[in-house]
Amino acid sequence: MPDIRLVDVSKHICRGLNLTIKDKEIFVVVGTTGAGKTTLLNVIAGVTDYEGSVLIDGVRMDKVSPRKRGVGYLFQGLALFPHLTVEANISFGLQACGVEKATADKRVLSLMEMVRIKHLAHRYPHMLSGGEKKRVALARSLAPSPQILLLDEPTSSLDHQTAKYLRSELIDVLKKLEITTVYVTHDLREAEEIADRIALMSHGKMEQVSSPKEFFFDPRNESVSEFVGMLNIIECSQSRVLTSGLVEVFSDEMRMVLPYDGNNIKKIAIPPDDIYISDVKPPGPALNRFKGKVKDISRHGSNVRVKLSIGKNSLLAELPVTAFDELSIEEGNEVHVVIKLRRLRYVES
Amino acid sequence: MKNKTGRLQSVWGALPIALFVVVWEIVGRFNLFPGQFFFPPFSAVVKEFYHLTANGVLGKNFLSSLTRVLIGLFSGSIAGIFVGVVMGWRNVVNKALNPIISLLYPIPALGWLPLLMLWIGINEMLPITIIFICSFFPVVYNTATGIRHVDRKYIQAAETLGASNMRILFKVVIPLALPNIFTGLRLEAGMSWRVLIAAEMVAIPTGIGALLMQAESLVRVDIIMVCLIVLSVMCLLFEKIFALAEKHMVGRWSTHA
Repeated sequence: MPDIRLVDVSKHICRGLNLTIKDKEIFVVVGTTGAGKTTLLNVIAGVTDYEGSVLIDGVRMDKVSPRKRGVGYLFQGLALFPHLTVEANISFGLQACGVEKATADKRVLSLMEMVRIKHLAHRYPHMLSGGEKKRVALARSLAPSPQILLLDEPTSSLDHQTAKYLRSELIDVLKKLEITTVYVTHDLREAEEIADRIALMSHGKMEQVSSPKEFFFDPRNESVSEFVGMLNIIECSQSRVLTSGLVEVFSDEMRMVLPYDGNNIKKIAIPPDDIYISDVKPPGPALNRFKGKVKDISRHGSNVRVKLSIGKNSLLAELPVTAFDELSIEEGNEVHVVIKLRRLRYVES
Repeated sequence: MKNKTGRLQSVWGALPIALFVVVWEIVGRFNLFPGQFFFPPFSAVVKEFYHLTANGVLGKNFLSSLTRVLIGLFSGSIAGIFVGVVMGWRNVVNKALNPIISLLYPIPALGWLPLLMLWIGINEMLPITIIFICSFFPVVYNTATGIRHVDRKYIQAAETLGASNMRILFKVVIPLALPNIFTGLRLEAGMSWRVLIAAEMVAIPTGIGALLMQAESLVRVDIIMVCLIVLSVMCLLFEKIFALAEKHMVGRWSTHA
């Protein structure tokens, strides 16, 4: 399977986009509506004109029509042909490529079995549920054995349970096929689950391209941090270099020490699961430890989120239910707060 | 239960027609309309229908009209679909032809009659040409609109699946434009009979229209009514045939058909 390179691509909101998607990689693009995600897929598929270059496996594709790019595309609106049955929709690409009927029939059957829609073969798209339509669209895009698969929000507009099942099936299919995939979604949880790398797109630009772990715990700028939405962002009033690689920062009553080369920290980000809380004073040095007040407690599945106030700062801590149950904490209580030093991250202003 | 409801609905639907026939018969038979000759009872019209059928007059004229409609409608529709598809598919052709079509489309088909009488003369080609014109323009318009309005996403999907332009046109675009094409065909199927009768009444000595004119000159209201009933049934029948064809070709997948 090939790699994909975009060099200085401009179209609509996308301006001077440069990107490399590796061979066999599942590359997930996240971003808000109108960020340019679908435009990116359209450019790779060649279904829209654009400036710049798209290279697939090192070959310039700008003059190559969509039908010869070897790209399978699951459109956001699916675009299932309403006048063709499920079977005919899937075999459309095979017939277009001149595949012999017997071979095409076998391939259609195996694809229908793979995405579990064999029983729907003779139905028309308007007779299918949302999840079934998505499966048909996936099988259709895979039918001509593309080198690259483009998936535009394949689980959107489905109920939570169906989306979950379809997502796990998709992961199985993509792992099995080892196909270079560009997957567009606005669901971060989905991105984290499925991606080899995640890219956040905002206003036509790639804000960050990194592994899921880096993406969630090492946001490169405020816009990524805000999109991830789970980090505590604290404004710093001043900072001071302690020793090489260690900086002391102040925010209201809080004094924190964090690893950083430089002296221009304006904000810091703290993952909620890196904030420990205790009803008794913990042992050890008083570094990055504070007294805070519990403002709110809420349960989210197997985790508990505790909203704390430390002076004028507000922090969100997340801890497992089991750990929380061992503490005797209620709203309004004063608690001891410990912030893990090595996972503190700076955020550029 | 469903069949019983269906039968009841059919009976209920036929009731106004039966009532109309009964009132017609009473008014005609008891001379409630001034001048018996001008309003024969329904039974007299049926009797004349049988008489005209038996002596072959109705059959001969009907066949002439039917042949003209079939040739005119078929050739007009085929030409209309062809031009409409090319206009809808190729923007450059659309830009070139659309102003001409837009200018000619509003002219009523019968408006062409004086010109065609001079150009073609009074012969079999005259009503056929009128029907051709009558069906051509609306079919062109509806077909081109249908082709142009096929959602671009289907074309893009077909492209990424490797389909050639011709395959996209014939396997995706034309099938998806069928509901629009059939709208044009269905409307013109009935209209072609109306235009034909007018042309035959004015210029042609054979056909249902000509029979109508002969009956008028002989003050044979019963024959006029026979002709009008035949005309009404044929208009309805032609529209129904196209509606059935549409249902057969589009009904399985279209949620609108």
